[in-house]
Amino acid sequence: MTSSYLLKRLLWALPTLFGVAVVVFVLLRVVPGDPIAMMVPPGAHSEDIARLREMYGLNASIWSQFIHWLGQLLQGDLGNSISLREKVVSLVLSKLPATLELVIVAMLIAIALGLAAAMTGVYFRGRWPELAADGFAGIALAIPDFLWALLFVLLLGVLFPLLPISGRIDPGTEFEPRTGFYLLEALVTGQLGAARALVAHLLLPAFALALPLAAGITRVLKSSLIEIMNQDYIVLARVKGYSRARTLWRVALRNALIPAVTLTGVQFTFLVGGTVLIEYIFSYPGIGNLAIGAVIQRDLPLIQGLVLTFACLFIITNLLVDLSYTLLNPKVRQV
Amino acid sequence: MTRGPLRNPRIVFGVVVFAALLLVAVFAPWLAPHDPTEQDLLNTLAAPVWKGGQRAFLFGTDSLGRDILSRVIYGARVALIVAVVAASLAGLLGTTLGLAAGYLGGRIDNAISRLVDIWMSFPAVLLSIVLAAVLGAGLHTVIIAIVVIDWTRFCRVVRAEVLVQREQDYIASAITIGLTPGKILFGEVLPNIAPLLLTLFTLELGIAIVVEAILSFVGLSATSGIATWGGMIAEGRQYVNQAWWLMALPMVCVIVAVLGMNALGDGLREVLDPVERR
Repeated sequence: MTSSYLLKRLLWALPTLFGVAVVVFVLLRVVPGDPIAMMVPPGAHSEDIARLREMYGLNASIWSQFIHWLGQLLQGDLGNSISLREKVVSLVLSKLPATLELVIVAMLIAIALGLAAAMTGVYFRGRWPELAADGFAGIALAIPDFLWALLFVLLLGVLFPLLPISGRIDPGTEFEPRTGFYLLEALVTGQLGAARALVAHLLLPAFALALPLAAGITRVLKSSLIEIMNQDYIVLARVKGYSRARTLWRVALRNALIPAVTLTGVQFTFLVGGTVLIEYIFSYPGIGNLAIGAVIQRDLPLIQGLVLTFACLFIITNLLVDLSYTLLNPKVRQV
Repeated sequence: MTRGPLRNPRIVFGVVVFAALLLVAVFAPWLAPHDPTEQDLLNTLAAPVWKGGQRAFLFGTDSLGRDILSRVIYGARVALIVAVVAASLAGLLGTTLGLAAGYLGGRIDNAISRLVDIWMSFPAVLLSIVLAAVLGAGLHTVIIAIVVIDWTRFCRVVRAEVLVQREQDYIASAITIGLTPGKILFGEVLPNIAPLLLTLFTLELGIAIVVEAILSFVGLSATSGIATWGGMIAEGRQYVNQAWWLMALPMVCVIVAVLGMNALGDGLREVLDPVERR
């Protein structure tokens, strides 16, 4: 696992990003709707419309539009959002931390739940806790995150109002964040009241995102654990006097992790994609919510910027998964 | 099929759900107590019967006084039509390409398999965002999005299965007696992979119902006049603190439909797949 390998992977990501950029640009130029028509009030002068078209560079040929756009992109400029009249880059950067916090919390919940359910199932093999673990995985997998989110809104938000179902923090909370990473900042600076409010708002969306992934982790981890528990070295560990729990935790788990990590990595991109809807349902101010607004408003520059942002997130995720894979698997590490 | 598919509880559950969906969708005009678009502005956000509402509106009314039950019944039509059309088209496209890739092999197989790999590495969410932005709102958007995203599911599985079938003796016999590749593919191979296709199709119905609910929830499906489950959920979400039952009934419908289709698909796989059966 050398830095040259890392560099190679990073360089490989560039043509992928370029491909995404080209596809998105071309697709969005063939859009039938007129974005300018959506931003002017009805009955606007045709000269005003022409001036706006000029201002947003919509009159130039598609090639010069593309070159111009690419040039700006390389300077870190994604243009201006038409519906929100703000720079796309600053919009995305201001909303991205919220999404990252949501994704990471969801990921941690999924891993913890998956690990707990798989271990319970294997430790209590053939008894009722195994049935419970299997049942959990079956139900969590059958219902998609979109429906989990709605169920949570209805059951835990309204019928039994335990947790907030909208936003990131209550408007009244005393908290003046200096960064976009509210939760991290609140924890680091010891503002526990704000941290509690933030966690309360995060729990339902994060659980909705986490459940299907947790179910996947449970299934994969459980089946590889069961396979490993029949191996000779497990018997050896038991003969040497390790308890069942310790064998499971210390010996078997480490060897069973690789398929689970691979699955988690593959599913992680789905989790990132899932934020789009989940944020919308919970009115959570992240880039997913921004994306839905952008599509409804047909805000082309913003859609382009967001699709590129998501593509970057997916590429980085895959890179991290590959890295963790090499760290876990000695066979790959030596190559 | 010898073991009697109706002994399998999943299949029974799935068939019941599908039959119910089909009946409700077909007989919607007779089952629905009201016109789903009829507004009764004196009775907006009426409570359901068990919360002291009127008998006329069993499950209450929405913010425009439209009958929830009638709208849910008509919503089943949209859900079923979209699911069947989209799953059929995705299946047709994916199966055709999968058959071609698996049976013809060589360069065609390479090209198709590559395409599937690239396609599947592109996250579905991005694809649907871009598609929705390009196509605008409407039922056609929902159907196109499902076909464009999910044809790969059929293609991959069919290709792999055709690779297995190609090595079987009956194909060798068919070639020996001089059948043309077209006749072998559609007359011999296709009937043999039909059980597999049925399983995939059933699972795709469930996926399509969710995607339709999602896109209409976001406001990218049918326009406001038509009742859709997703659209009703979205409206209910706005009034959830005053009238939680608005979103409850359409949500239950989506969840039951999805669970039913998944159970049917899984059950069919168990019954039809000889490996699973052992």
